[in-house]
Amino acid sequence: MSIEKYTRSFLKEVEERVEEGHWVKMCMQCGVCAGSCPLGAHWEHTPQKIFMMIRAGKREEVLSSDSMWMCTSCYQCIVRCPRKLPITHIMHGLAYLAKREGLVPKNQPTAQFGQLFWDNLVKTGRVNELKLSLGMYFKDGFSQGIKNAMAMQSVGLGMMKAKRLNPMEIMGGHGIKDKSGFHAMLKKARELEDSRRKLA
Amino acid sequence: MADMKVAAYICQGCGLGERLDTADLAKVAQKEGKAAIVKEHPFLCNAEGVAMIRSDIDNEAVTHVMVAACSRRAKTEAFGFTDVALSRANLREGVIWVRPDDEESRETTQEMAADYVRMGCAEVKKMKLPAGNPETATNRRVLVVGGGVSGMTAAIEASKAGYQVVLVEKGAALGGWAAKLYKRSPSRSPYADPQDTGVDEMIAAINADSNITVYTNSITSKTEGAPGRFKIDVSQESGATVTEEVGSIIQATGFTLYDANNLPELGYGKSPNVMDQAGLEALAKAANGGPIKRPSDGGEVKSVVFVQCAGQRDETGKHLPYCSGSCCLTSVKQAMYFKDNNPDIDTVVVYTDLRMPGNGEDFYRSGQTKGVTFTKGKVSTVEATGNTCKVNFQDLILNEQTAIENADIVVLATGQVANSGVDVDAKLKADIAAAAGDETLLNAWNAAQAEGAVKPISVLNLTYRQGPDVPQLKYGFTDSHFICFPYETRRTGIYSAGPVRRPMDIVQATEDATGAAMKAIQAVENAAVGRAAHPRSGDLSYPIVRIEGCTQCKRCTVECPFGAIDEDEKRYPLFNESRCRRCGTCMGACPVRVISFENYSVDTVGSQIKAVDVPDEFSEKPRILILACENDAYPALDMAAMNKQVYSAWVRVIPVRCLGSVNTIWITDALNSGYDGVMMMGCKHGDDYQCHFVKGSELASYRMSKVGDTLQGMGLEPERVQTFEAAITDIERLPKLINEYADAISALPPSPFKGF
Repeated sequence: MSIEKYTRSFLKEVEERVEEGHWVKMCMQCGVCAGSCPLGAHWEHTPQKIFMMIRAGKREEVLSSDSMWMCTSCYQCIVRCPRKLPITHIMHGLAYLAKREGLVPKNQPTAQFGQLFWDNLVKTGRVNELKLSLGMYFKDGFSQGIKNAMAMQSVGLGMMKAKRLNPMEIMGGHGIKDKSGFHAMLKKARELEDSRRKLA
Repeated sequence: MADMKVAAYICQGCGLGERLDTADLAKVAQKEGKAAIVKEHPFLCNAEGVAMIRSDIDNEAVTHVMVAACSRRAKTEAFGFTDVALSRANLREGVIWVRPDDEESRETTQEMAADYVRMGCAEVKKMKLPAGNPETATNRRVLVVGGGVSGMTAAIEASKAGYQVVLVEKGAALGGWAAKLYKRSPSRSPYADPQDTGVDEMIAAINADSNITVYTNSITSKTEGAPGRFKIDVSQESGATVTEEVGSIIQATGFTLYDANNLPELGYGKSPNVMDQAGLEALAKAANGGPIKRPSDGGEVKSVVFVQCAGQRDETGKHLPYCSGSCCLTSVKQAMYFKDNNPDIDTVVVYTDLRMPGNGEDFYRSGQTKGVTFTKGKVSTVEATGNTCKVNFQDLILNEQTAIENADIVVLATGQVANSGVDVDAKLKADIAAAAGDETLLNAWNAAQAEGAVKPISVLNLTYRQGPDVPQLKYGFTDSHFICFPYETRRTGIYSAGPVRRPMDIVQATEDATGAAMKAIQAVENAAVGRAAHPRSGDLSYPIVRIEGCTQCKRCTVECPFGAIDEDEKRYPLFNESRCRRCGTCMGACPVRVISFENYSVDTVGSQIKAVDVPDEFSEKPRILILACENDAYPALDMAAMNKQVYSAWVRVIPVRCLGSVNTIWITDALNSGYDGVMMMGCKHGDDYQCHFVKGSELASYRMSKVGDTLQGMGLEPERVQTFEAAITDIERLPKLINEYADAISALPPSPFKGF
């Protein structure tokens, strides 16, 4: 999709397809969000810049930015925004759109963790913590996985002693009763969201 | 008036009785002050005390009253005797409240009080009861020059208050800038949409008002006189001239948009699709709610770019250096012309800082809601090619050079240039800058004088010696005391309102015009009874000149900040008392001291200086004279006293109307009398001056800069005489300043003039 700069076409897409996206036009570029974000220094773009890039029509750059993946949902920006923009929600909305459009930066750890978590959860309807942690440890290959696991050894043993981690979960673990009903629910929810946000 | 009879009253209230030996003070008033009646009273400002004074005036033929109690700024109603000359010795704020209450300080505190009693008696004997300016004139009509929103508002408001108005408009019809608008920025809640200008209703109201006489196609070709008796030649385009008599004048001549022809780099003149804000208003007016078409070919408009600060806030020296404060509102409004017609049109406002005065923030939000895009950036060039333009700019958030392609219309937000006429101080300002090493102004002035150069056209065509228009401060806007007297120009009885005074939008201009109308009404009422206008509002004294002593040096005529003094045919100063603000700058300037006021003169202050008892050089009690501006420095000292800030017992403070009224003879007198130092406190001067009389403190500091040589001639150290800038808020600073200065003076050897 080619977008002419500083026209409203990408902004319109954001308004239609991103949760709370209609707020983006109300940003007055004061920069309080950028100054308030505790992780600001570690992002590619501050929320202020992301909003300006949306107005400038930089679709590719916005959706492939790592910024919305770095948000920890501390809500500092929302609290401080003089225009009351729900910035955290918009960032998550943009992350979702980026994911659906296949523009997430490669090997973005938050995105990877999100995917692992989702897959893990959908399988049985319950999060299998042991498998989730192992999945994270081994996402970058076997030898790195061993190193990660060794480094976290004492934490794991401690959790086991405190009965917070069941080693038997490795066998498959527990799940919910009506798994197919759960899957049907997720499917329906996605259909609804897709039609509402024109994502299909 | 019968023979002078002085009565002195010494108050014992507010702790004066406990802290001071009032019986001793009474003796001073009687023996040294030569007061015929001297009375002490335990509570002078109560009904009984006031009645005692009243009774003496009525029954004992007292003509001059000296009240030794609190500051002259306190209890003005109780001691407001209007039928006698009155002086006040400030024993409370001036003495006991600024001195520590201990045994050690008792002697010096008493000496201070005794001196103030001597000074009060000496002053009152030189005073006369002001009789009021005999040059009263009772024309109560108001002239309004300029028929835009400001002028029409002023006319309507003055008429509503019951005053007749003459309204002169240069153009063919009333309405001014606002009449050229399709709509105006909102003035009412919810401040969301452009609204009708209301100009037609205003014109109808004026036409229906029998109190308002309108001249269109007319200019004020000659203005002479003074408040209460201005005579105006109204020249009409037809060639006819009508003479109108009015009491005061409101100049509401508005602004002209900065000439966009100076901005070829922004594409102006290269394509009809690039225009200034007036250009777009004309298109919107023609479209009248329908779609606005592209001027070059009548094509459909899909994209509009608004370039803010075009030729404004310029740092290169080529264009306007200031912000016009209203163009952001206008651009939001103009973007709405498109959005309200078709939300799919892209409208981008490229700004460096959006400035939304008043309730403009709500209007801005409304613009955003309607989908106007706001981009923080600085436009470098506009390339006009065919039917579209490319706007190149630096995006200041993303920090990159970028462009908007295919803009159908580009609107340049050029600023407001005041229609203020001739800069009467241009030569003076140029000379000052040249003396400081900057010749640019002088070169510009010389170029403007050259044969064939376009000379500015005067608005008022005043016949005043000081020039045909009201003085300007910066950037061509009319000069006025920005904080305290925003509408008062430096020509008494002439008020400026609206964008000729400073850049502004319609809402502010309306408020401005209403304020100026009120001031113009006050001016005619004051003129009718011979009273001063602000800031000495109500003052009945006026400058009296002993013309036989005048040497025609012209310093008074040149230095009067208000252009009150012309020259007669024999080149003597010709005072127009009702143009006078009673600052006394002429009195301070006069080298032969022939100018005075009945209750304020070289003598009233000089005799106070001489009345002070100066101890001999062996006593180790230096004396320091403080001349303090009564508008800011003296109130600050009073407030310091209320806070019980202690300062040196060596000082004797005399309030002056303005530092500009300080005649250098006072300095000489003080030093000759054996004072060890003289300290002057006046208001801030310069472009952001706070002087209530605009130029007084500046002139004083200039005069005092020349005193050093005289001091050296007298064999005195130059640091004995110093001028300080003081603001009314310097409550803690001034006592410190006094103490530091007193320490410095104490460190010097005593004045060699003591005892002569």
